[in-house]
Amino acid sequence: MKERLVVIGNGMASLRFLERLTERAPGRYDVTVVGAEPQAAYNRVLLSSLLGGEVDEAACAFRGLDWYEAHGIRLITGAPVTQVDRENALVMVGETHVLPFDKLVLAVGSLPIRLPKPGMDLPGIITFRDLADVAAIRKAAVTGAKAIVIGGGLLGLEAAVGLARLGVDTTLLHVMDRLMERQLDHHAAGLVKRAMESRGIRVLLKADTAHVEGDGRVERLVLSDGTVLPADLVVMSVGVRPNAVLAQGAGLEVGRGIKVDDRMTSSDPRIFALGECAEHRGMVYGLVEPAYDQAEVLSRHLVGEEAAYLGTSLATSLKVSGLPVFSAGEIEAPEHAETVVMSDPGLGLYRKLIIGDGKLLGAVFVGDIAEQGWCKTLIRTGEPIADHRDDLMFGRVHAPDSQSLAA
Amino acid sequence: MNAHVQAPAAAVKTTCPYCGVGCGVIATPDGAGGAGIAGDTEHPANFGRLCSKGSALGETLSLDNRLLHPVVDGVRSSWESALGTVAGGLRKVAEQYGPDSIAFYLSGQLLTEDYYVANKLAKGFLGTPHVDTNSRLCMSSAVAAHRRAFGSDTVPGCYEDLDEADLIVLVGSNTAWCHPILFRRMVDARAKRGTKLVVIDPRRTQTGEEADLFLGLKPGTDTALFSGLLVHLASAGAFDYRFVLDHTTGLDGALERARSIAPDIAATAAATGLSEADVGQFFTLFARTKRVVTGFSQGVNQSAQGTDKGNAIINCHLATGRIGQPGAGPLSLTGQPNAMGGREVGGLANMLAAHMHFAPEEVDRVRRFWSAPNIITGEGMKAVALFEAVERGRIKALWVMGTNPVVSMPRADAIREAIKGLDLYVVSEAVSDSDTAMTTGRKTVLLPAQAWGEKDGTVTNSERRISRQRSFLKSPGEARADWAIISDVAKRLGHGEAFAYPNAAAIFREHASLSAFENNGSRDFDIGAVSDISDTAYAGAAPVQWPLTKRGGKQGRQRLFADGQFFTFDKRARFVAVQPPALAQAVSADFPFVLNTGRVRDHWHTMTRTGKSQRLSAHRDVPFVEIHPDDATAMGVTHGGLATVSTAHGAAVLEVMVGEGMRRGDLFAAFHWSGATASEGRVGALARGIPDPVSGQPELKATPSAIAPAVYRSRGFLLTREQRSLPAGWWWARATIQGGSGLHFATQESSREVALMLRGMFQGLEIAEYADHARGRYRFAAYDGERLVACLALTPGDAKPGWESEKTYFAAPDLEPSARRALLSGRAETASAGPTVCACHGIGLDVITATIAAGAHSVEAVGAACKAGTNCGSCIPEIRKLLPQALARDAA
Repeated sequence: MKERLVVIGNGMASLRFLERLTERAPGRYDVTVVGAEPQAAYNRVLLSSLLGGEVDEAACAFRGLDWYEAHGIRLITGAPVTQVDRENALVMVGETHVLPFDKLVLAVGSLPIRLPKPGMDLPGIITFRDLADVAAIRKAAVTGAKAIVIGGGLLGLEAAVGLARLGVDTTLLHVMDRLMERQLDHHAAGLVKRAMESRGIRVLLKADTAHVEGDGRVERLVLSDGTVLPADLVVMSVGVRPNAVLAQGAGLEVGRGIKVDDRMTSSDPRIFALGECAEHRGMVYGLVEPAYDQAEVLSRHLVGEEAAYLGTSLATSLKVSGLPVFSAGEIEAPEHAETVVMSDPGLGLYRKLIIGDGKLLGAVFVGDIAEQGWCKTLIRTGEPIADHRDDLMFGRVHAPDSQSLAA
Repeated sequence: MNAHVQAPAAAVKTTCPYCGVGCGVIATPDGAGGAGIAGDTEHPANFGRLCSKGSALGETLSLDNRLLHPVVDGVRSSWESALGTVAGGLRKVAEQYGPDSIAFYLSGQLLTEDYYVANKLAKGFLGTPHVDTNSRLCMSSAVAAHRRAFGSDTVPGCYEDLDEADLIVLVGSNTAWCHPILFRRMVDARAKRGTKLVVIDPRRTQTGEEADLFLGLKPGTDTALFSGLLVHLASAGAFDYRFVLDHTTGLDGALERARSIAPDIAATAAATGLSEADVGQFFTLFARTKRVVTGFSQGVNQSAQGTDKGNAIINCHLATGRIGQPGAGPLSLTGQPNAMGGREVGGLANMLAAHMHFAPEEVDRVRRFWSAPNIITGEGMKAVALFEAVERGRIKALWVMGTNPVVSMPRADAIREAIKGLDLYVVSEAVSDSDTAMTTGRKTVLLPAQAWGEKDGTVTNSERRISRQRSFLKSPGEARADWAIISDVAKRLGHGEAFAYPNAAAIFREHASLSAFENNGSRDFDIGAVSDISDTAYAGAAPVQWPLTKRGGKQGRQRLFADGQFFTFDKRARFVAVQPPALAQAVSADFPFVLNTGRVRDHWHTMTRTGKSQRLSAHRDVPFVEIHPDDATAMGVTHGGLATVSTAHGAAVLEVMVGEGMRRGDLFAAFHWSGATASEGRVGALARGIPDPVSGQPELKATPSAIAPAVYRSRGFLLTREQRSLPAGWWWARATIQGGSGLHFATQESSREVALMLRGMFQGLEIAEYADHARGRYRFAAYDGERLVACLALTPGDAKPGWESEKTYFAAPDLEPSARRALLSGRAETASAGPTVCACHGIGLDVITATIAAGAHSVEAVGAACKAGTNCGSCIPEIRKLLPQALARDAA
């Protein structure tokens, strides 16, 4: 009899893991996947496009139900797991399912944070995390509505862009003095702000939310400086925390997330974790790239190959409202480091390299991020960049085959 | 106000204001202050051709930098007040120190009529003989040589001789650059009849490059070469003894002297530094060819032995009887458009008027003709002596018209200082920012004069051809004709009757009458046939060569002296025994190089006109010094780097051009740059300018000098819409570019400081920049909306960053993103990856469509080929949309 592998969670990390596993060893395991959401895994990165009406739900889909069937994967959707019984090696879904396992993968993602401020439980205050959230926001975003997005991180920006595209009067609040402050320096953040504003979004920095008011439903938001902002809809996007509830209940070792080793194994050798719920070497990641790296490693491990996950270097490559943005490594020059900068605000173009001792320590790009892969490699390997300084700054001559160099 | 405004008008025939070729130009005013420019196909000087400078005349008509109102001691004034100040000042100086404390410094760019009136006022009415002109720096040695040989300042031949010669010898003349239209005639003659071209010049110029035989002789040894030639012609039996016996005198003495200088080919070769083979080839060619034209210009004239050089050349033509014949004769190539006209009216210190000098009967004749109360009786001071007299305080009042001596005179820095001591300093000028207009005396009056296109009168070119310069633009501001300004001062001095000219034609008639007055063939210059020309006929007058005697009618003469009749008392031409060649000053340990000065192809004089043209400013955009590669290595200077060139009289910082065309031990620098166009480019200040004892023309091409690297931290350029100034201490040179003004610069400041300064200079504009301060690199672009209004590049070290593509961007109405990026990178625009589609891997639209076209026909295949869409997948919908589009395009 085949080993029974149960995967809890059907997000992007989960699907990538299943794809790699079935590629490597088709039929090796008897696989069951249980997801809390009513749909099979979809592209969460496209939620803002979906919110803005750029794409429909179908475009967000990855694999049809036939794919799971064809690969012998039993998929159970709309089934939030309530308990992991390690002693009996069972996964319980309320009263409806009891799933025995030989090996268990936790890919349960993260949970959106709600600000602990008065009024945050009023109807009309919505997080931005899944398809249900998008549906709720779209329903509230009627013509003439006033929306406030709290949080100037990537997800908050995307939510604001999606709302603005729907024609909603949108204000973005961020408590820091610049947007995406962990990824961007002031100049790059300024360009992003400019891009947001060009979409009609009002951006308020150093905006500290005091509380939300309303009679049975959100009506206004009050800042700590006393400013009152009318609101029909508040989207909360102030961050996420790893979803470690089940693991905690099962008595697994948990820090900020579920602690795993380089093979993604938890404190119980039968149980693994990957994606945003996992804590590896003290790090929890909120991006898709590390999750995919982890999926790769775990799939190898589970088919008996040698594989180790050593962490993903911190880099961000994304498009904010259609504006490509990249940052990796240091974003401000440490002492004795050199900074090389190119900036054309009219083009929405910005590039900064931070160089120390002839090595690339960090890079922040806005507008054109073509050399980002190369930068990541150079930061990771620490190889001298003397001959590449200008190419990194101004770009290489582009041709499809040159992309292989950017790996 | 920055343009002449008037209704568009019909095409006007006029004459180019640059060199002495005197090309016919057709100007068609556009009604907006500009004009279309074309060559006049009917003008016999050029038959429709124009050189780079002439073609760009339309780019030089703007009113930027024009002097538009009278200015007294820096304050705008009325004409009434300014003229009163001039007249009062002249009267006071004359009363206090005598009239000969007053000097006039005129210009080969004045029209004949202006020249005539200035000369008349000074020499007949004020009573000062000190009237000289920038022509002194140009061809006065040729004039002196003509007078010694022919008894008159007569150019014997004409341009047609170039078409009909079998050998053209060019001595000290970069004709290809300085008289391009004549050079094209020479090249045409070579194509048509196989004319041989010999070029004699210490520098292998563009003209030398074109030569059949180039003789790169040692500076100042021309007389040795032509003495050797005279000796060779004698021994080769090439003399025309009949012509010599019947029409000349002095051959024996001249030949004896020639033998002592260069007795044979070997001695000639030794004296000139040429190979015996080359000397022999030249001598044989000259001896065997009857139709020889020897053209000569500043290399001969601007020398302390310029007159002897000219006579050494003329000796060879007299000895062979090759003068005044079709295709044969000496031909002085004049540098200025109206040097010849100035000579005709007598506007030089050693002439009185109309080719008359200071014989008592000549003085009396002119006095009677003018009814002059204060006729002068002897020569005045020539340019170099005149400015030395200003330095000594001997001259108290100086009136400069239409020239820039503070740039062009030798020891120009000393002259600028000397002017400060003048009681009265008057400048009649078209531009307000020339170094001469910016210099001040104790009392300084600037009088706005008409410029080319506004003024109306005549000029005479190198072949004695009188052509009309016609007005086709309205005078801007309060600018007036020079003759009218001078006449108004004369009236205020009580000479109203003698200066009551209603128009330029009236002046021309008086000038023509004087040329014929009691002449009867005794003077070469006689244009009596046009002394009664009507205003209408003058207005429409076609170009014509003098002499134009009443008897000879209105057809001019192409050539003189074929009949052997010269203007000496015995009608015989004179051979001249010339001095052995020597430079005025020898090089020394401190100043081991010989500094030669001259022109470039696309600039004229001190650039007050050509400097306005972006086309003309592109050819040489910084002041430079040329040096032989071996010398450059020895002195530690590099091609493109900066060097300080110094003499006992001044220093300049110039960009080094290393070239094989230079002789070892020689330097060459162009004299065009002034304080208005470069921080340290005033080459005139370096020349010692020891004058020729006969002509008074200063030696400008052989000053002992030194060269050393000039080290700056960085080089850069700045392009702006309006002219901008850079901080003191920076080296800079300004050039006009399309749509603005460009500065090349060098500085000791760090790139950080430069960046700070630049941002301060362009506050309120959108700034794009690239900064790599660790490597001293900085580039900058300022935009007003979409329009590029400034850009800068700074690189460390000696090399000048090129600005060609930036100039192109500056001329464009708006810029593509790739161009804006190239402005910051300083790299050529590269094929773009297109807008980013896959953010995770940074893959652009163009890369993805190319990948699809190359055979990736699914999202997965695209991802496999170029990684796009393989990370977060958020771009997959976009890629999916691209697939059918790209495939459809591919199939189409």
